[in-house]
Amino acid sequence: MKPRPATVRIAAGQGFWGDWLEAPYRQVTGGPVDYLMMDYLAEVTMSILQKQKSRDPSLGYAKDFIPLMERILPIVAQRRIKITANAGGVNPRGCAQAVAEIARRLRLKGKLRIGVVTGDDLLGRLDGLLARGHELRNLDTDRRLSDVRDRVVSANAYLGAWPVVEALGRGADVVVTGRVTDTGLTLAPMIHAFGWRPDAWDLLAAGTVAGHTIECGAQCSGGNCLVDWERIPDLAHVGYPIVDAAPDGTFEITKHPGTGGRISVAGVKEQLVYEMGNPAEYITPDCIADFTTIRLEQKGKDRVRVSGVKGRPATDKLKVSIGYFYGYKAVGTLVYAWPDAYKKAQAADRILRQRLVDLGLKFESVLTEFVGADATHGPLARANAPLDHLPEVQLRIGVRSPDRAAVERFTREIAPLILNGPPSVTGFAAGRPKPEEIVAYWPALLDKGMVEPCVEVVDV
Amino acid sequence: MKKADRRRRVPLLELAHARSGDKGDTANVGLIALKPEYYPILVKHVTAARVARHFKGMISGPVERYELPNLHALNFLLHGALDGGGTISLKTDAQGKVFSTALLRLELELPK
Repeated sequence: MKPRPATVRIAAGQGFWGDWLEAPYRQVTGGPVDYLMMDYLAEVTMSILQKQKSRDPSLGYAKDFIPLMERILPIVAQRRIKITANAGGVNPRGCAQAVAEIARRLRLKGKLRIGVVTGDDLLGRLDGLLARGHELRNLDTDRRLSDVRDRVVSANAYLGAWPVVEALGRGADVVVTGRVTDTGLTLAPMIHAFGWRPDAWDLLAAGTVAGHTIECGAQCSGGNCLVDWERIPDLAHVGYPIVDAAPDGTFEITKHPGTGGRISVAGVKEQLVYEMGNPAEYITPDCIADFTTIRLEQKGKDRVRVSGVKGRPATDKLKVSIGYFYGYKAVGTLVYAWPDAYKKAQAADRILRQRLVDLGLKFESVLTEFVGADATHGPLARANAPLDHLPEVQLRIGVRSPDRAAVERFTREIAPLILNGPPSVTGFAAGRPKPEEIVAYWPALLDKGMVEPCVEVVDV
Repeated sequence: MKKADRRRRVPLLELAHARSGDKGDTANVGLIALKPEYYPILVKHVTAARVARHFKGMISGPVERYELPNLHALNFLLHGALDGGGTISLKTDAQGKVFSTALLRLELELPK
């Protein structure tokens, strides 16, 4: 057996699909790391990918992952850096195949093993599950899934760290997964490296906290950080975070030397509370982490130590993320200039709404915002803004309806206002807005026993 | 001296920083004391009821508050804040990213 390492360094490379393309490259070249972790899947991403796969069965994964692998595989193969990524979306095997092809082209044949984690995709099993009494009720509204069953476009259970651990244990260098939790992608390398046991709840919770801290990439290393934001250095070259983990569950958050950004206790705190529910019960498939036990300490420049994390046994459920067709929406904008910019925008809004009524169009919702006055802070902003003196205001009006024709008609009512509404209006260069299909998110729980993760490991 | 004279208005921005995000139609705001000694002030004055009043007209559901004394932080859940949330929402801030600074507009009345 190989000796256990004293520490393991896990670098975050993508905080979401669409994150900075330079980050993963800089993480594997900027200094020593053992793992590169990349999170690609937001709540609605799976339904977008499912749609792509229905048009072309070879698609359905994060396409950006392939050119990225082409760029960094020679480096990671040489430096023995392993990769965990949920870039597989709804087609992890297709994604792995594409990575294997790239690897062979790069003459890495025989030098690389790819792990594939599947079993999260429940779309083909939904009717069977419903028939067996699994209601998959909406966690927010308590509605039964059967209410919208015919409109479901994707359904994926959140898998935890353990299938990724298995892939790593079988020698995978690159692990491509479907809907594995963001935190599991960071926790798995720790379990694998340190041999943590499935009931070592404090350790699993610590690894989960590490995962939560770096899963949004630079959001814990100076990006989107409110504290002292103007003095955070060199965000142009921001260093993405690295977890420097020890076998006892303590870890440090750091970044490569010479990079921009900042790793401070205050910044790490901001990330810890991001998208937080009940902090004493951060539930994952692997454990329940208690965020009220976390201790933070500034150990040096750009280095924060995390310790004290307590955990509790995992629940017997898995969260399931379901996407279902909801309806249509469209958002149109126009910009009004001084003088009376706000008043003109308000007048245009009234006129537009009157025309929608006159046309007999019905919407589930019509929402008006005045960008520059109240779009972000609503009435709280209006109360303090010099509304009569604003240099310009963007009228932003959106509609939502199950009826595509109503939304389509709305999109034709924006441009006419340029010539037949209030004056000093501009900003229509982008043209008529397009009706957008809404695929809504339906969170549910399912008994763990109903989901069987599948792990394959193949040589390139 | 009247009681009001012995109090001063302090913007929350001077006592705390914050980050917010979403879970469905709920926005969460993590409110973090800028100094440890400010934390008890936040616990005492920035109650769930006070925050619900602050966001009146902007949220349709209740406000929940959780305490993280270890981080000198409070976590607020603002239910019904995002016009349905995620892809359904028509809001600019469909993911509740700037409810953080909206909360920091709150002014506290503190003893002088």
